[in-house]
Amino acid sequence: MIKVEGLTKSFGPQKVLRELSLDVATGTITIVIGRSGGGKSVFLKHLIGLFRPDAGRIMVDGVDISRLRGRDLDEIRRTYGVVFQGGALFDSMSCFDNVAFPLREKVRTPPDELAKRVEAALAQVGLEGVGAKYPAEISGGMRKRVAIARALVTEPQIVFFDEPTTGLDPVLVNTIHHLILDLHRRFRFTAVVVSHEIPEIFEIADTVAMLHEGRIVEVGPPAAIQGSTNPVVQKFIKGEPDTGS
Amino acid sequence: MLERPLAPALRPFDAVGGWTIAVVDSLGRFGTFFAEALAALVTPPFKIRAFVDRIHFIGYNSLLIIFLTGAFTGMVLGLQIYLTLVRFGSEAFLGPAVALSLIRELGPVLAALMVTGRAGSALTAELGIMRITEQIDALTVMALSPMRYLAAPSILAGLVTFPLMTALFDVVGIFGGYLVGVKLLGLSEGTYFGEMQTFVGIDDIMVGFWKSLSFGVIVTWVCTYKGFNVGHGAEGVARATTQAVVLSSVLILVWDYFMGSVLQ
Repeated sequence: MIKVEGLTKSFGPQKVLRELSLDVATGTITIVIGRSGGGKSVFLKHLIGLFRPDAGRIMVDGVDISRLRGRDLDEIRRTYGVVFQGGALFDSMSCFDNVAFPLREKVRTPPDELAKRVEAALAQVGLEGVGAKYPAEISGGMRKRVAIARALVTEPQIVFFDEPTTGLDPVLVNTIHHLILDLHRRFRFTAVVVSHEIPEIFEIADTVAMLHEGRIVEVGPPAAIQGSTNPVVQKFIKGEPDTGS
Repeated sequence: MLERPLAPALRPFDAVGGWTIAVVDSLGRFGTFFAEALAALVTPPFKIRAFVDRIHFIGYNSLLIIFLTGAFTGMVLGLQIYLTLVRFGSEAFLGPAVALSLIRELGPVLAALMVTGRAGSALTAELGIMRITEQIDALTVMALSPMRYLAAPSILAGLVTFPLMTALFDVVGIFGGYLVGVKLLGLSEGTYFGEMQTFVGIDDIMVGFWKSLSFGVIVTWVCTYKGFNVGHGAEGVARATTQAVVLSSVLILVWDYFMGSVLQ
């Protein structure tokens, strides 16, 4: 279980996260929605230990990772899989080597088993036979799927997705969402997905949390969020433009 | 707590204080970066494949530019020194003059500047793009050290390739001087190389070696640090690349003077 309590972060005079609190239950898919520039990616980078909070705690299975450094933090990270917004594939490596990389370096898998696992991971995301290609030679949607294959190949307990469908067409958006759902059913990992794909993302969510101005302003099952009376949530879901100022 | 604005009379001190803090902070991070890279360099697991790749990137890919600049530097030296020495009737000393200039001074400095321009800039740009496309973050969240995979192999490769590039520059430069002095201006071959053997000693070669070794560390340290700490977007990468080349070049010249004073 992930438990975030009073997470606060500022960059210079700008307060990005303001005493943010959120619980993520084990084995569920939690979607964090909110406007661009609202602090979603900053929040996610705290969860994966790339940022350290000014105040607050991030408890992962009872351990406050915001106080960990070095090897202790790496121990927690070994249970993670992360899909970055742009995929973050190593562009000097082929797709096969990208997926194989965590197996070679993190888990030290024997070569014969490694090839089987990489091919299986690529097949799971519908990319059989693209292993020899380089990231620059494949489409954006394929890159996202290779990134998902890389994140899941070590069978992590917690997977973080940072806007996994940004820049994709509606068909690919649905394809990626159903891929996440399908893989989640198969591997039962805990997923935290940062997204603003409304309303498509509700289809795969167990819990939806709305982040606004550095705080979680509403959290609950998708139906409850869609029926929320909170004007901030309603305005975001309906995509209403700002009328003030 | 709210900070009250300073009185106008104190603002210049505020600016100097802010600048001093920023300089000390960046020097501290620069030093810490090197210490972390060194720690990754001397503790297992060693990334041999990444090291070989960096040798290829920094060294092998710079061979042509080193060959060309070495040859023409030697030819220019051969011509200019000959024209000077001939006024004193001392053209017999052309060989040692070219060799000493190259081995002690010009070889290490010019080879380092050339490798900085070609490989140092590319190193910063490559790491900068890896930073802004979150490839370095991806390594970190895989619980793998970017210092071990990216910075340490580059610094070690700098230590190995810079002396080799300098040696190549020296040899090609000496032959460039030979082409001009012997084949073009008619000095005897025996005089050119014979006097060189008399006047050039192992201590001269070691001066060039220590210089090139230290330039290898300086250039790869600066360029990897700048690549790891780029700003945002393409502009950030471009700025970091320019800063890396300028800072490396200035440090090469400053350190060369310091080394030249110590290793006389």
